[in-house]
Amino acid sequence: MALILDLLVQGSQMALVLALAPLLTGFVRKVKARLTRRQGASIIQPYRDLLRLLRKEVVLAQNASWLFRSAPYLIFATTWVAAALVPTFATGLYFSWTADLIALVALLGSARFYQALAGMDVGTSFGGIGSSREVMIASFAEPAMLLTVFTVALVAGSTQLSTIAEVMSSSHVGLRVSLGMALFAMIMVAIAENARIPVDNPATHLELTMVHEAMILEYSGRHLALIEFAASLKLLLYCSLIACIFMPWSLASAEAGPVAYLVGGVVYLGKLVLLGFALAVFETAIAKMRVFRVPQFLGAALMLSLLGTLLLFVSRTL
Amino acid sequence: MNGLSFDVAHLLAGGLVLISFMMLYQDRLYSLLNIFAMQAVVLALAVAWQAFVQDAPHLYVTALIALVLKAIIIPVALHRTIERLGIHREVETVVGIGLTMLAGIGLVALSLLLMLRVTIGVDALAREDLSFALCVVLLGLLMMVTRRNAVSQIVGFMSLENGLVLAATGAKGMPLVVEISVAFSVLVAFIVIGVFLFRIRERFDTVDVGALHRSRGDSE
Repeated sequence: MALILDLLVQGSQMALVLALAPLLTGFVRKVKARLTRRQGASIIQPYRDLLRLLRKEVVLAQNASWLFRSAPYLIFATTWVAAALVPTFATGLYFSWTADLIALVALLGSARFYQALAGMDVGTSFGGIGSSREVMIASFAEPAMLLTVFTVALVAGSTQLSTIAEVMSSSHVGLRVSLGMALFAMIMVAIAENARIPVDNPATHLELTMVHEAMILEYSGRHLALIEFAASLKLLLYCSLIACIFMPWSLASAEAGPVAYLVGGVVYLGKLVLLGFALAVFETAIAKMRVFRVPQFLGAALMLSLLGTLLLFVSRTL
Repeated sequence: MNGLSFDVAHLLAGGLVLISFMMLYQDRLYSLLNIFAMQAVVLALAVAWQAFVQDAPHLYVTALIALVLKAIIIPVALHRTIERLGIHREVETVVGIGLTMLAGIGLVALSLLLMLRVTIGVDALAREDLSFALCVVLLGLLMMVTRRNAVSQIVGFMSLENGLVLAATGAKGMPLVVEISVAFSVLVAFIVIGVFLFRIRERFDTVDVGALHRSRGDSE
């Protein structure tokens, strides 16, 4: 019986991320539109887009291989698994022993790998440009992300997200400059990974600047729907990762009853609104940078996380 | 309380190191000056916090000197110098910014390794202050080495001095007289370098120190 309940809670988390991901994307778009004094599409527009795409016919290029057809499913599956592993409203769920930060990075890395391969599969030049740029960005973002993981793991003594969240919410972590640096590095990585504005513009089809859109230019129908869904899942994943590590308040613990779960869920929604709003404000305030400045931007993230790790060695404990 | 006071001191001193890195990252002279002023403000905060923790009122004077002299007077003066020199507003670096950053990280690692080993058994606060101070000093030196423009070399020199002040306050018991004389010698150095800058410009029509090599007879 307990096992069934545990599985049920875990399953509800998996369903929750799936249900919330397009809503977060829609919310960010709406806030951005309102900030530029436009009416903007409805907040549930991403759901309608996904439904419409799912109903549409798939148009395939003549020389598309099996890789091109299977990549969307792989991308969606890996991203969904990764997003469902991050504690959202409660820690210590049934599968939380798998919620390891390094495993998360690996899952996202493999999703990116499939996407880059699929971008090159048909052989159009845009796909190739997109893939090469994506891999270039990834080669800077991934080390920065891993170093951030190391900083957090050194403080918490574990790479497991449930443990990290518990350590972070306890009072003896204190004020650490390293954690501040890790937070900034992780935000920068999240911006680059989610193709948000200073690095890439998710709303444009301008050939010279696009990265993510260039790779998926050949996709249509349900394939496109899956990839778009995976992209919004990824945004949700990074938001919940930042919320889980750096603001782990009111996360329900493992044996807490449904009331605690409910409180955790409401607080989680609040955190998402906060982060989504901050993202929209940031994106409205800043201009997109040239592609060749991206290494500098991510280099700063890498430097911040490296510095954070180094400074950890002069702190009180450790 | 002890834990919190350490954490705040750690935060401020770590912030100084971070701002040193931000100075290395800048490619505009004006923003470099603004960040230098910010470093002085953080330094003043760090020193004032030390004064509060160590219960040493004379350190408040040090903090005040840092605030007035380095956060206001010198940046404003440098601003006016840049305007009067009418130089290009970009920072000219000898090597790329990425490489400089890597070298900076290496220097930070080096000074942490060195200081943590040398100061075993000392009070944790002094230990941490000393290692961060050495980081700031070395980063200031790095900045002087990797910049070709004399104005940014001055900024590097001044931020080096920030590191020295941090070390002095962490070490407990530097007399106020020494502190004041250091502050004034920095001011004097600033004036001398400022005059020197204009002389260089008159003589060579640039403040790029690369031009000085020619007059020394180097074949560059």
